[in-house]
Amino acid sequence: MSSQTQNPIMRDIALFAALGVLVLVIFVSQGAVYSVRMLVEAGCYGIIALGLTIQWGYAGLFNVGIMGFIAAGAASSMLMTFPRNPDFWNSGGPELAGLFIVKLIACALALWLANNSNRWGVGPRLRALLITIAIAVSYLVLSFHMTVMSEEIEKASGWMGGLGLPVFFGWIIAGVIAGIIAWFVGKICLGLRSDYLAIATLGIAQIIKHFLKNADWLTNGTLTVSPMPWPVPSPADGEFLFARAAYLSVVAVALLITYLLLQRAYHSPWGRMMRAIRDNEEAAGAMGKNVNRRRLEIFILGCVLMGIGGAMLIHFTSIYDPSGFLDLNHTFLIWVMVILGGSGNNRGAIFGAIFVYIVWVMSEPLAVMLFATIATYGDQWLGWEAPSDFLSRALQMRVFVIGLTITLVLRLAPQGLLPERQARH
Amino acid sequence: MNDLVFFLNKGITSGLIIGSIYALGAIGLTLIFGILRFAHFAHGDLMTLGAFVTLILAAALAALGVTLPLPLAFVVMFPAMAITAVLAIGLDKMFYKPLRQAGARPVVLVMASVGVTLMLQGVIRLFAGVRSRDMFVEAPKEIYRIPIPGATRKLVVTEPQILLMLFTIVAVIALHFFLTRARLGKAMRAVSDNPDLARITGINTEHVVWATWIIGGSLACAAGTMLSMDVTLKPDLSFNILLPIFAATIVGGIGQPYGAIAGGFLVGFCETLAVFNWSIVLRPFKDELWFDLPSNMSLVPTEYKLMVPFLILIIVLIYRPTGIFKGRVL
Repeated sequence: MSSQTQNPIMRDIALFAALGVLVLVIFVSQGAVYSVRMLVEAGCYGIIALGLTIQWGYAGLFNVGIMGFIAAGAASSMLMTFPRNPDFWNSGGPELAGLFIVKLIACALALWLANNSNRWGVGPRLRALLITIAIAVSYLVLSFHMTVMSEEIEKASGWMGGLGLPVFFGWIIAGVIAGIIAWFVGKICLGLRSDYLAIATLGIAQIIKHFLKNADWLTNGTLTVSPMPWPVPSPADGEFLFARAAYLSVVAVALLITYLLLQRAYHSPWGRMMRAIRDNEEAAGAMGKNVNRRRLEIFILGCVLMGIGGAMLIHFTSIYDPSGFLDLNHTFLIWVMVILGGSGNNRGAIFGAIFVYIVWVMSEPLAVMLFATIATYGDQWLGWEAPSDFLSRALQMRVFVIGLTITLVLRLAPQGLLPERQARH
Repeated sequence: MNDLVFFLNKGITSGLIIGSIYALGAIGLTLIFGILRFAHFAHGDLMTLGAFVTLILAAALAALGVTLPLPLAFVVMFPAMAITAVLAIGLDKMFYKPLRQAGARPVVLVMASVGVTLMLQGVIRLFAGVRSRDMFVEAPKEIYRIPIPGATRKLVVTEPQILLMLFTIVAVIALHFFLTRARLGKAMRAVSDNPDLARITGINTEHVVWATWIIGGSLACAAGTMLSMDVTLKPDLSFNILLPIFAATIVGGIGQPYGAIAGGFLVGFCETLAVFNWSIVLRPFKDELWFDLPSNMSLVPTEYKLMVPFLILIIVLIYRPTGIFKGRVL
């Protein structure tokens, strides 16, 4: 403990140097094509982890629905950038979809009016009644329209297809959509204790995933969409390694920009205010800071980063598959990255993301190998016959290890490898 | 008449069943939330764990050739409840107590419980795989078909459903007497209301924590066992069951066991009735309706069933965060 407080910069350098050596070893042993892929994915996870570290580390918000924001970002980016589906545009689909958006806006307006009706002198009971009616009517209208629309679109053209816009634009929209969802969740839960936010984010993540899996008309459902367009020449156009390296540079630049901006925000008055709110809510409130509003700000900002990072991650894998969003890979792995790397420290989040991702990727063949060995020797020495799904259970071992890491880090090293360093002004 | 029987079978019975399972889970959750002051995310997997303990005991007895008038799984559920309670106390000792003693923020405990849920998930699936299993190891479950006068369709109730309802009633009454009459139960309510005041009146908080985990763990085991007896034992339940139980807890008001029971039934009935196909009940009145009856007229498509507890949760959080029974907003 004492050495890290005395010389934090040496610690940063030592850990990042070790990470560099690890990456170099992988480059040499696994070949450049594989390692570049791993680095791209680690970089995308780095952006997502930065989003989480500002929520958890700066503001102490507990978000267990990262998967939902990643999925929402990926789906919206896919819809923006995937080539147009001419069947859809020639059918009655666009009209129905347009009408749906109009109805959605009308319903939102009605709900807003009902909710604010107390401003115009409506009593609480009448207001409750108005709200109930507004919710019921808008639900019936929207769900009926959606049933008709989805049948119509699936019959005419399979699914909607994308809009064929540039990829960078799609990434921005990914952030915007994730931010809008975060606004809703945050508006409801941030005034309450942090446990409620955890429950609500967990729920919204499951619902987003269910929706994307079942909305065949919108996102082609479980039939998956591929190939996702790349912002740089894709491997299909020519060189494999070159394409991946170009993507890596895009991700690296995005990561660097995010890091620099967040670093600046951390040292700004805004960042100090955030830490004040995190460390003593009452005192910050007494100083006139609007605690809930600041929390909402940082929650949305974090989710925007998750949306963008998720979109980048899914574009790179070049296949959009809603069943591929997993709590383990897209929520808890990122939690391990952040708390192991050091919450509230941006460098820690990036270090954690890259290091944990490398360990994660390497652990899969290792776990399978370990289980295969156990099965072989168990059979030879003890005559124990392994169950038929024994090898697939190797993956469950990783679930256990992730859980164990979270509990151990919380208990033994709550600050992580690179602890937060409060700037002295 | 046939349509009414169908409604009783598909709407009321399943609502009651799933409602009592949610209620049993939510009681434990609300006590933990109220006394230990954190949202226990591992409760869903505690239920699965309990069901597995039951399954192992039942399989062991069946292998010994024991037969009883009741299903084996139901009988061995009681020792399994004790085992799960001990396991719950063990989890508390290993993972939550050190954090509590170090004075960690409640949100850190929530996070630790997420870690614990992943560990439990990993262990259960590592040893049991991911396929679903039948809890009736010795004989298939008995199904009673009760004829209703004036209807060709029969009222269907299975043996575990009857046992579940009886068990829920007994458990709720026992809990009521424990919380209002027993010394420890009163102490639990005191700690839930005001922990500092309870401590200076000489209540042993350690015992209260134990009692909380014993009740929470054993009811979770019962709920998990009953759920898997009603359908099958699915090891990958955790997060899907967690959301309705949390919704029930918050609807009922945190720290309010009676609220949790009411919330459990509310969420259960809302869920079943939302996915229920209303057009079958409306079919006799086909001619009097002003619209054509579609073949499927459920409020929520079955694949979006999870939306229902979530929407209930959201509405309660917006308009009445204390819940129906005026629990605490922590």
